[in-house]
Amino acid sequence: MRDPKQAWKEDFESSPARDDGIETSTISGIPLQPLYTAADRPQQLEEFPGQYPYTRGIHPSGYRGRLWTMRQFSGFATAEETNRRYKYLLANGQTGLSVAFDMPTLMGQDSDAPTSRGEIGHCGVAIDSLADMETLFEGIPLGDITTSMTINSPAAILLCMYIAVAEKQGIPASQLGGTLQNDILKEFIAQKEFIFPPEPSMRLVVDSIEYCAKEVPQWNTISISGYHIREAGSTAAQELAFTLADGMAYVDACLERGMRIDDFAPRLSFFFDAHIDFFEEIAKFRAARRIWARWMRDRYGAQQERSWKLRFHTQTAGVSLTAQQPELNIARTAIEALAAVLGGTQSLHTNAMDEVLGLPTDKAARIALRTQQLLAYESGAANTVDPLGGSYFVEALTDEMERQAERYFKQIEALGGVIPAIEANFFQKEIADSAFRYQQELEQKRRLVVGVNEFTVDEATPIEILRIDPKLESEQVERVREVRKRRDQARCSNALTSLRKAAAGTDNLMPYILEAVRAYATEGEIMNTMVEVFGIYTERAVV
Amino acid sequence: MSPATAVRPVRIIVAKVGLDGHDRGVKVVARALRDAGYEVIYTGLRQTPEMVVDAALQEDAQVIGLSIHSGAHMTLFPAVVQELKRRKATDIVVFGGGIIPDDDIAALKKQGVEQLFTPGTPLQEIVDWLRQRFPKGA
Repeated sequence: MRDPKQAWKEDFESSPARDDGIETSTISGIPLQPLYTAADRPQQLEEFPGQYPYTRGIHPSGYRGRLWTMRQFSGFATAEETNRRYKYLLANGQTGLSVAFDMPTLMGQDSDAPTSRGEIGHCGVAIDSLADMETLFEGIPLGDITTSMTINSPAAILLCMYIAVAEKQGIPASQLGGTLQNDILKEFIAQKEFIFPPEPSMRLVVDSIEYCAKEVPQWNTISISGYHIREAGSTAAQELAFTLADGMAYVDACLERGMRIDDFAPRLSFFFDAHIDFFEEIAKFRAARRIWARWMRDRYGAQQERSWKLRFHTQTAGVSLTAQQPELNIARTAIEALAAVLGGTQSLHTNAMDEVLGLPTDKAARIALRTQQLLAYESGAANTVDPLGGSYFVEALTDEMERQAERYFKQIEALGGVIPAIEANFFQKEIADSAFRYQQELEQKRRLVVGVNEFTVDEATPIEILRIDPKLESEQVERVREVRKRRDQARCSNALTSLRKAAAGTDNLMPYILEAVRAYATEGEIMNTMVEVFGIYTERAVV
Repeated sequence: MSPATAVRPVRIIVAKVGLDGHDRGVKVVARALRDAGYEVIYTGLRQTPEMVVDAALQEDAQVIGLSIHSGAHMTLFPAVVQELKRRKATDIVVFGGGIIPDDDIAALKKQGVEQLFTPGTPLQEIVDWLRQRFPKGA
């Protein structure tokens, strides 16, 4: 009798192979075997969910205990309009809020700044002062929901606005739950919404982590993000490695401040992309947990298990969506969302099919949310913890992800750490190289994107697009000017003066920012006050 | 190419205008144009229309390629064309790329943006358009 494995090998080799020139490696270029067997992962101990190193998940009960949070990222136009969308999403069964801010808000400038022209309310909601934030959450009890805020350079200001709105609703900061993205390193690396240079930027991040550890203990102080790194063109392994390296840089910075690891580590959270290469993504999520647990326990000496557990949010890959035949994006998003669920995500945003064309319409936003509900309640994916654990293939790919990440950690360390590597353009170049390689693969049809470089149709895209009324811009400009007129000027200018002094010293800036926010200082005014002390960062442009 | 037939390569300013920092597309296009033999100067992020035109004049560029992913294209693309008019440099060709709905493409072309490329465009299509637009080089 033939040895079964040897027999398979011979049979495989004598079988006809497809000859279409399509890559058989992962979308990131990891070569794959046609078959994985027990031999690919010899002598591995059996792992269990809820146990170190958490490859199989951080909860022993997986989604049997609690489903992931369905958290759709949303925001556009004015605070009033976005408030209506939030109420619509909550009424449709969404379980958490996630705020998208417009470009001026993300860049820390007011709507009446000259460079805000044409940008107001387009890719998120315009927030200039506490007054807008009050409108944004009007009628939404902040003690009953959790809110994620995607903001980075001005993150501390927006968090203070949230705390101040809660105060007005009579909810103490200690009861607030949510997440602040607050991840400045990946801005330098990928998304490029930086304002201050790296050092003062890191100080603000550490200030907010330190402040929240005492005052807002249930808040996830940072969402260390691979999403933007991936969307900028990185491979899965680069996303994994650069994100975790950023995480360690924040840990180092907090330790340097004198904080104790177990006082802040449990509130660190992560945010990954769910791209279209199904198994590679699942492996990435599993590897992320394992690597983080090991570093936190063994390198940083964290004592509490909570510090070892990597919790993460996932968003399906915006970059995988196509403007061509956009309905196909529903299918893409479903595949990506399933990868996130099988990878054990804590919360999930599913993209709407029309996001490649503009802001999602109500209908497209609802289909995206329904896709998650379908996964949770129809697909059966939530019934078994880590259903792919023990798969020869997924386990081998998880190990490979880990190996590649560890190689990158060594490279980054050799460059002197994350910030020197940013200044040397290391990450930026790695990402641009990967993006270019992928684009070439598409051009050469070594990879196909359905509806784009194959299976195309020659028809216009009859899809409804949500438009922002141009009137909105002047109205928002008017609103911020009104706020500046109405407020207690003395209190406001005192608050800004104190902030400037504190910024020049070493105090934690959060209480100063909070006071400025309460005094209705605008976001732009608070940022400009800090710019006076910290300066502005300019990236060396490289192609 | 013999010296007699050598033509000066077309020089292109590639720019991100506005606040948006999403530079994946612009970098990929810049590399592809460079590989296709064009002289490409990438301005980096957060350029105002004035800065872009300044760069184009200083570098004696024939073409400006703009990229926006934030939805501000209807304001900022025409602003670059206007600035060229103001500086009497309308011989400089402007093209753009980004997430731009069909209706906006028609409107932008009317306002003087010669060509627009949307997500999923093969790089070769951009190169082909430039070859056609500048058949004899600069």
